[in-house]
Amino acid sequence: MWKIIKTRFQQGYRTSAYPDGPSALPERFRGRPVVSSQPCAQGCSACADSCPTQAIAFAEDRRVRLDLGKCIFCTECITACPEGAISYSTDHRMAARSREDLILSGEEARLAHALDEKTRKLFGRSLKLREVCAGSCNGCEAELTALNNVVFDLSRFGIQFVASPRHADALVVTGPVTDHMRGALRAAYDAMPTPKLVIAVGACAVSGGPFAGSPQAHDGADSTVPVDLYIPGCPPHPLTILDGILRLLGRLEGGRERV
Amino acid sequence: MSPTSRFRALRSPGAVELSAIPVVAVEEFRSGVLRAAKAGLRLCALFSRSVEGGTGLCAVLADDARGLLYILFSEPTKVLRSLTPELASAHLFEREIGESSGIEIEGHPWLKSVRKSPADKVVFFRESGAEVHEVAVGPIHAGIIEPGHFRFQCHGETVHHLEIQLGYQHRGVEALFCGGPDRRSVFVAESVSGDTAVGHTLAYCANLESLGGARASLRGEALRAASLELERLANHVGDLGAMSGDVGFLPAAAYFGRLRGEFLNLLMALSGNRYGRGLVRPGGAAFDLTSAMAEDFSARLARARTDMNAISGLLFESASVLGRFDETGVVSRQTARDLGFVGLAARASGLDLDVRRDHPHGLYRFRHIPVVKIDSGDVYARAMLRHLESLRSLDFLEELIADLPRGDACAACSAPRPGLLAVSLVEGWRGEICHVAETGDDGRFRSYRIVDPSFHNWPAVAMAMRGGEISDFPLCNKSFNLSYAGHDL
Repeated sequence: MWKIIKTRFQQGYRTSAYPDGPSALPERFRGRPVVSSQPCAQGCSACADSCPTQAIAFAEDRRVRLDLGKCIFCTECITACPEGAISYSTDHRMAARSREDLILSGEEARLAHALDEKTRKLFGRSLKLREVCAGSCNGCEAELTALNNVVFDLSRFGIQFVASPRHADALVVTGPVTDHMRGALRAAYDAMPTPKLVIAVGACAVSGGPFAGSPQAHDGADSTVPVDLYIPGCPPHPLTILDGILRLLGRLEGGRERV
Repeated sequence: MSPTSRFRALRSPGAVELSAIPVVAVEEFRSGVLRAAKAGLRLCALFSRSVEGGTGLCAVLADDARGLLYILFSEPTKVLRSLTPELASAHLFEREIGESSGIEIEGHPWLKSVRKSPADKVVFFRESGAEVHEVAVGPIHAGIIEPGHFRFQCHGETVHHLEIQLGYQHRGVEALFCGGPDRRSVFVAESVSGDTAVGHTLAYCANLESLGGARASLRGEALRAASLELERLANHVGDLGAMSGDVGFLPAAAYFGRLRGEFLNLLMALSGNRYGRGLVRPGGAAFDLTSAMAEDFSARLARARTDMNAISGLLFESASVLGRFDETGVVSRQTARDLGFVGLAARASGLDLDVRRDHPHGLYRFRHIPVVKIDSGDVYARAMLRHLESLRSLDFLEELIADLPRGDACAACSAPRPGLLAVSLVEGWRGEICHVAETGDDGRFRSYRIVDPSFHNWPAVAMAMRGGEISDFPLCNKSFNLSYAGHDL
């Protein structure tokens, strides 16, 4: 007993200062990419050609359009581009409410906006999540589990993972939705009481990620259930997930928590 | 005649010309594999391969004492007389061949789908009798974990039999490699099993280097080994926390949970990603460790060691924890050997196996990690082994980071040469990862086969539950913490 108390004092207080303090991510952390707002040289498509998930396309005026939902945050395009038109910031914020909002093209990212007043009243201070893994590599589950540790401490925001879809307000989906999980995912969604939300976590659940186009998978959660929040990443950092959920609940505006 | 005289020998990682691998009639293939296994070789991989005129077979066996792999092909065949009755470790491989190749497996004691049919389409072993009941769990479980189906045959609280049916995570990994390497291949390798991104990518890159006739830079090898050990530490420590949570010992669960993040954060400082994605690349490592970073790493590792010792002290000195860990979920040494378990699960049952020592690759050829094994085969053994292996990894890392080889982090790696078979073994944190690549006349992958340690080890969970209480299942399962994604591919 004394040893437990002694270790407790040694371990100290470890919960991160987020959202009030700095996120303290290292220099090399690959957060939200920054895309040049200038049109690119005619004829060069080195970035798009190098992209493993075909996340890069060009607008009519030859500006780069980078789909964060497909991006798996590698460094291929950055190495390939002769002009340095794409780079990574250490900004962890990137969740959005629609697939279109995930497309970066020069201007600022369009981060997720809050739910309507009525739904926010229901879920704003207490949100129960049910996670369903539908073919992920387990990387996204690992980060979702990390949200429960003392550093990120999800429950201090009134958000918890629950065991049954019957107790859940939101379904958190990971993985590209494999053939074999499609029925179970749908059943879990149907078992939840309304109103309900769906949160797609990670490149696979948003777009199929590295498994896009595989005959055994269905290119993301919205092939099977309607999605309310898209959280990009491979896997997303726990803070990226937390930021997305808090924005959805209208508790982060101007970087401050608010209820 | 030596038991391996018909096989082609190879050191891992390495490549050999397809034409140099003996092709024998299927009966001779069968007897050759059985004879080699009887002589003490271990079955690493057994799979079908499409060849001119039909479908043949390929076997990879390991001689752990000599550090050699032995490879044999069979001629095309429509039928394989099952090896399983004489070599139990072949049972899952044969089920996979049966469902994916069209080769009929004759005389297999329990032939059913491995990953291509979900649980509602397959038959389960069923016990009958008074007061016997069945419990079905999954594919969706209560926690934040991957999907799988578990079918228990129980008598009261006692589990007589557990059958595990996976395949829900099957997303077509191996097929995505075919025709490669292309711009997607290395990223698929990183996503075979998300908690083993470094291990699987290392096995993939080692194959590409063998196929291209290239060599990774020494500094690159050192950075790879460092990240493989950081991956091991993060997972071992995370599992110790999860096991503490499963027996209701919350202080250790909370502290280990936080400590796991420290190792992930070291990987992030190095590679920009908490799981080391983007780090391991053909030819070496894509990110280097600066001397300022090395100093910072050493200080953080020293703090982690202090924490590790303090928290493990709490866990392993708590009588209520030991009461739950001791003699729960026992897997005997004989069972572990017969069924071909690998890695941590095998070492916790007293088998002396470790790819890092038996088939050393990269930096492990020059710097060694002592192998730890425990004989009791229970949950305690698997927990204690994680603690001891973590300390060994910390020793290795501290020495390595203070004295990294000089030079570039990455060397050039040319395109794969045609007509080769490459095999690489890597000791991931769960155990032996085996990748087998075959190139066609155009230098592209004709086939790419992956054996995750979980493929060998899932039956260990079922064996650990036999005669145990059903309420011990979460603890037993967590004590192995096997990958569903790595098994299902």
